[in-house]
Amino acid sequence: MSAKTLYDKLWQQHVVRESEDGTCLLYIDRHLVHEVTSPQAFEGMRLAGRSLWRGNANLAVPDHNVPTIDRDKGIVDPVSRLQVETLDRNCVDFGIQEFAMNDPRQGIVHVIGPEQGATLPGMTVVCGDSHTSTHGAFAALAFGIGTSEVEHVMATQCLLQKKSRSMLVRVDGRLQQGVSAKDVVLAIICRIGTAGGTGYTLEFAGDVMQALSMEGRMTVCNMTIEAGARAGMVAVDDATLEYVQGRPFAPRGELWDRAVNVWLGLHSDDDAVFDATVEIDANMLEPQVTWGTSPEMVVAVGDVVPDPAQEPDATRRNGMEQALRYMDLQPGTAISDIVLDKVFIGSCTNSRIEDLRQAAAIIKGRKVAGNIRQVLVVPGSGLIKRQAEAEGIDKVFKQAGFEWREPGCSMCLAMNADRLQPGERCASTSNRSFEGRQGQGGRTHLVSPAMAAAAAIAGHFVDIRELN
Amino acid sequence: MEKFEKFKGLVLPLDRPNVDTDAIIPKQYLKSIKRSGFGPNLFDDWRYLDPGEPGMDHSKRRINPNFVLNRERYQGAQIFLARENFGCGSSREHAPWALLDYGFRVIIAPSFADIFFNNCFKNGILPIVLNAGVVDKLFQEAEQPGYSLAIDLPEQTITTPGGEVMTFDVDDFRKHCLLHGLDDIDLTLQYRDEIEAYEKNRKKQAPWLFGNPV
Repeated sequence: MSAKTLYDKLWQQHVVRESEDGTCLLYIDRHLVHEVTSPQAFEGMRLAGRSLWRGNANLAVPDHNVPTIDRDKGIVDPVSRLQVETLDRNCVDFGIQEFAMNDPRQGIVHVIGPEQGATLPGMTVVCGDSHTSTHGAFAALAFGIGTSEVEHVMATQCLLQKKSRSMLVRVDGRLQQGVSAKDVVLAIICRIGTAGGTGYTLEFAGDVMQALSMEGRMTVCNMTIEAGARAGMVAVDDATLEYVQGRPFAPRGELWDRAVNVWLGLHSDDDAVFDATVEIDANMLEPQVTWGTSPEMVVAVGDVVPDPAQEPDATRRNGMEQALRYMDLQPGTAISDIVLDKVFIGSCTNSRIEDLRQAAAIIKGRKVAGNIRQVLVVPGSGLIKRQAEAEGIDKVFKQAGFEWREPGCSMCLAMNADRLQPGERCASTSNRSFEGRQGQGGRTHLVSPAMAAAAAIAGHFVDIRELN
Repeated sequence: MEKFEKFKGLVLPLDRPNVDTDAIIPKQYLKSIKRSGFGPNLFDDWRYLDPGEPGMDHSKRRINPNFVLNRERYQGAQIFLARENFGCGSSREHAPWALLDYGFRVIIAPSFADIFFNNCFKNGILPIVLNAGVVDKLFQEAEQPGYSLAIDLPEQTITTPGGEVMTFDVDDFRKHCLLHGLDDIDLTLQYRDEIEAYEKNRKKQAPWLFGNPV
């Protein structure tokens, strides 16, 4: 038999049937549900008189709309409240386990899946959210879907899919002190472009990926979609097993041993062939900062805002000019001269315990700069919040003048009350620098947690390698 | 889903690359629990000068006269002409819902983001990929007032006002579903026995995938 990629293996294990034209019915092991992209799917199920194919494949949590402050007062915005209450009711009606807003396990859907062991190696994982790629860190085939497909999975436990091409992204070398998984993935997006992965499934490999913690791998896989690919994945190794073992949904005892035997085969064969390969030298990698309205518009912290006049392609030049106008930036401005108004530390990209530790380590004993109006720290889940408090990290943040909030998506997409005002400029650990993403007229610069924390203290971007 | 039939429609060009689904339908409208009614908020941030919230009377808001959607000559457009990587970002199906609700049935671009592309088909919208040079030419031609294209899905052709005929590719299965307005859940449930057989076998091989939550 010919050598297989990890993607080949995961795909083949989940094909229920294949049509002549290559369209496959792919079995879905885990379906994660949140309040924003599910109500119309539940409604469709009701209208068609359908029931869930397999109730225990689903796990639900409200995250996009939930407030990160004053939870005891409930959700003030009536439209948001109705959406969250609709999820609660749908989960009761259809028999789906939900971590409701005030459950200590509530959090961002892509944080709680792995945290609970609901995401396991070898699974197919889907959710009505493009950042479902996060779960690929566990050698799972995980991708975001629309609401029609949410309904399709609920009713059939399957999706109609065609296999995509495969791309190997190798990150070799060693990261310098202060350079993190976020910088790695921003550099990957810079290299292949925001549409470079369209039609591909990515596998991340190489020295750096192996050395990264599971949290770091999740950060990289999370932003796969920002490179255009629906799914990105990393092979199973000891770090994967160590993370999964003992989680509430993970197998135990004899079943654990059996599972591990299977999971250890979840890697690409040595001579597997990919449709494309990209190689990145991590030794030279510097902390990254986005300057524009697409995550591919990114440079190293020591660089300057690029000049569209230097761009030969007219469509791209046009895009750069529009981005600079929106961001109110001049070509040639040093990144370290960009002055900020707000800082956001959170999101499914960077809200895990390791992210919070890295941010806290930078600011210990320091205070937020006078020009910074607000620094939000939003942990990815209630359990992470609790862990951080046990470690005293919350105190470090509070003493620096940062706000310590309840878990949720918060100002990554500003569906709740946490948002930028028009014209405000924000250093954000989230995943998208689109126009209006963090609030209408708001300007987003994507960075790592340590870079965001350092920027909060300095009031502008600084190279964290020079801080220590 | 409505059947997709041949039609001729006015073309509206939006000349910028990487248009994301946050731009197509901003987040505040995602709080709706309905599938319809998103048309007035299509491209909300670009289309209006004042900030919008759900529940407003959008007909009373200040429109941005410079935005292409607001120009008199493009009223009633059904074909959306876009640049590369259209529909990138969030998986929100509210984006095709908003385009459809506004009246668009076809989107032509040099490339689309995968999730958005897929979501279009599920809602009776035909996304057509043409090479960048051809799209460029269409952008130039669309400067003529009243510029319309005739779309023939069965024949997979686009006919320009000058009589030029271009062909396009579309996946056979998706074409079939569009032409007949098929609900693919019903189609999948025809294979109920095969899904059950797969599950039974898989439960033996990997029982940990079927465990109950703790």
